[in-house]
Amino acid sequence: MATIIQGIGAAAALSSSNSFDSKRFHLPSRRSLSERKGSFLVVRSDGRVIPGSNPRGRRTDQLITNAVAAKADASAASTASKPGHELLLFEALREGLEEEMERDPRVCVMGEDVGHYGGSYKVTKGLAPKYGDLRVLDTPIAENSFTGMAIGAAMTGLRPIIEGMNMGFLLLAFNQISNNCGMLHYTSGGQFTIPVVIRGPGGVGRQLGAEHSQRLESYFQSIPGIQMVACSTPYNAKGLMKAAIRSENPVILFEHVLLYNLKERIPDEEYVLSLEEAEMVRPGEHITILTYSRMRYHVMQAAKTLVNKGYDPEVIDIRSLKPFDLYTIGNSVKKTHRVLIVEECMRTGGIGASLTAAISENFHDYLDAPIVCLSSQDVPTPYAGTLEEWTVVQPAQIVAAVEQLCQ
Amino acid sequence: MALSRIASSSSRSHLIKPLTTALSLRRPISSLSSTDDTTTLTFETSVPFTSHRCDPPSRTVETTPKELLSFFRDMALMRRMEIAADSLYKAKLIRGFCHLYDGQEAVAVGMEAAITKKDCIITAYRDHCIFLGRGGTLLEAFAELMGRKGGCSKGKGGSMHFYKKEGGFYGGHGIVGAQVPLGCGLAFAQKYSKDENVTFALYGDGAANQGQLFEALNMAALWDLPAIFVCENNHYGMGTAEWRAAKSPAYYKRGDYVPGLKVDGMDAFAVKQACKFAKEHALKNGPIILEMDTYRYHGHSMSDPGSTYRSRDEISGVRQERDPVERIRKLILSHELATEKELKDFEKEVRKEVDEAIAKAKESPMPDPSELFTNVYVKGFGVEAYGADRKEVRAVLP
Repeated sequence: MATIIQGIGAAAALSSSNSFDSKRFHLPSRRSLSERKGSFLVVRSDGRVIPGSNPRGRRTDQLITNAVAAKADASAASTASKPGHELLLFEALREGLEEEMERDPRVCVMGEDVGHYGGSYKVTKGLAPKYGDLRVLDTPIAENSFTGMAIGAAMTGLRPIIEGMNMGFLLLAFNQISNNCGMLHYTSGGQFTIPVVIRGPGGVGRQLGAEHSQRLESYFQSIPGIQMVACSTPYNAKGLMKAAIRSENPVILFEHVLLYNLKERIPDEEYVLSLEEAEMVRPGEHITILTYSRMRYHVMQAAKTLVNKGYDPEVIDIRSLKPFDLYTIGNSVKKTHRVLIVEECMRTGGIGASLTAAISENFHDYLDAPIVCLSSQDVPTPYAGTLEEWTVVQPAQIVAAVEQLCQ
Repeated sequence: MALSRIASSSSRSHLIKPLTTALSLRRPISSLSSTDDTTTLTFETSVPFTSHRCDPPSRTVETTPKELLSFFRDMALMRRMEIAADSLYKAKLIRGFCHLYDGQEAVAVGMEAAITKKDCIITAYRDHCIFLGRGGTLLEAFAELMGRKGGCSKGKGGSMHFYKKEGGFYGGHGIVGAQVPLGCGLAFAQKYSKDENVTFALYGDGAANQGQLFEALNMAALWDLPAIFVCENNHYGMGTAEWRAAKSPAYYKRGDYVPGLKVDGMDAFAVKQACKFAKEHALKNGPIILEMDTYRYHGHSMSDPGSTYRSRDEISGVRQERDPVERIRKLILSHELATEKELKDFEKEVRKEVDEAIAKAKESPMPDPSELFTNVYVKGFGVEAYGADRKEVRAVLP
């Protein structure tokens, strides 16, 4: 089927795969989902596998680590013998969710229209007929209380996944997320764990209006006790979904409205990504560009222009918004000495602001220039198309910022 | 067994005529415990139950001497604990907020008697006595109140965050109203695992006006969750009387499509009867609301004198006429299960027990500085809080 990538500069951004991490391996044969055995691998972002994580270790060197659909490879092999299977991001999320529900009967989903309707972004399509109405629960429009309900269920050992139809709606549940979800493990002295996953689409979409285009990462980042991750590709969406469900801590998984129809080829084998690791998208020498979620694609588009102009940017998708992966980021800063942060969050008190402070504190000596942070504007997202474009960071601004920094 | 007749001249004053039985129940009691749980004592609750959309349970309750004495024992202990907490607060050993439960003990004790430890209870911040009822010890309670390591939450929770996982006690919550959806979740998990247990979600007359309560009622009724919503109506939401905060103070009717029952919360046996009825109802038909008509002698918390919004006459009036411990004492005396002196001696024993627990709790050390960072996250799959060099984040305190 035709690749549908909305609003991110199409295949051009993804086809610069020759400059991607080239540790790429091929599986000898395709295996269907049902044939996979129970073992899984913990994959690090640079392709190495954590030793001992796979009891059948011989498969470690046969894993595709960065399976982005690439034109360069397509000419070399025919589609039939290519490893892995292609799917869209929301299908990857669904696959991860389904595998976890199959594996552990305590995993359940709650949200508005997740059951019979199949999810407003089709992430839970087909799950309710398979697992029943109690396990894939259609809730009334009562965010505060169904989030509280999921947290109460988690206290007894269930592992609910709360879907906010839009992350903005979860503001209604802020009390439950902050006070009960984040704090109960601490205030009970460790007696209760809250293994919930709170997920939903957020970010600026296509003229959806101010209240449906909120960037909420900054609101939740200070809550002690929760972890936050943001997915950006089908590969990391599935891996992060599985990791979040298996984690004993409450995890907020930020998806983006415009990324749901991204297509990518992902491995057939089961894989789980680490929740606290950043992803090296494009290694480089001149400047470190830190980004996450949709802005990754704007950055990669700008990277194409920058490469033509002779710059060599290193692009890192930080993925883990809380806690930051300061190890990967730090090593990059030590190499390039310049940092540009490109995010969709608001300027005031956003993820970029926290990241700037963290990098300044830890790596001040390695910086040759002040850290520049490009964030979206501190305004409610306007409806008009042109105004909405100017609310978020555009590739041209990224190119200009890099040129300025690298002077 | 001859049935007793209760002559109640008014709904407020209770004259309990002694039971005439063939057996004489006079026996020496040294430690106020009785193993006699075969004799059945029968009497009526103080007032009949008022119901909404359901048939109320019978007014006649049955009990055994063992249970009667255990009620007295538990309530006297709870009463003594709360009074001791009062003095500790004034001595500045307990800081912050301390919400005392004295006057409301009948609700905790009656509820415990009707259920098992597999059923769940969740409440807001007035949780000391319910914690005790669920199996918590005095030492854990006092140590937690004083912020020591030996506390039930290792000193990190405080008065408003008592929990006991093994006892099915889920807290202990500071933001009132938020615990009700949590209670809904506990009931959901019980329905999910099909284990035939119920959840009691307690809240007060003040929190009864929270929106999330109605959301929770809707969901519980929609999915037939075994949730029992218990409104502990002590008539004051901190300083605001119920008639000033609620258009309809008939909290048991607030559920509309959910049945409700109004119970005299100062009568432990009425509470027990109602909770038993509610458990059977919830397992068969889904949620039910219980309104416990009760009263607190102390103010809202230790920072509130409790007399600016109600008269001292009112407080002492309730203490004279409806005190739950007194009611049980009168029942014991009238059924001749113990003498006046024995009960007084027992109360002295309780006082000693509480004092010992306080002394032991005072010896418990303060938590280590490293405990500041424990239990923020659970260590395990996919979780470490990494610093710049991949080691765990450590903070060095001065």
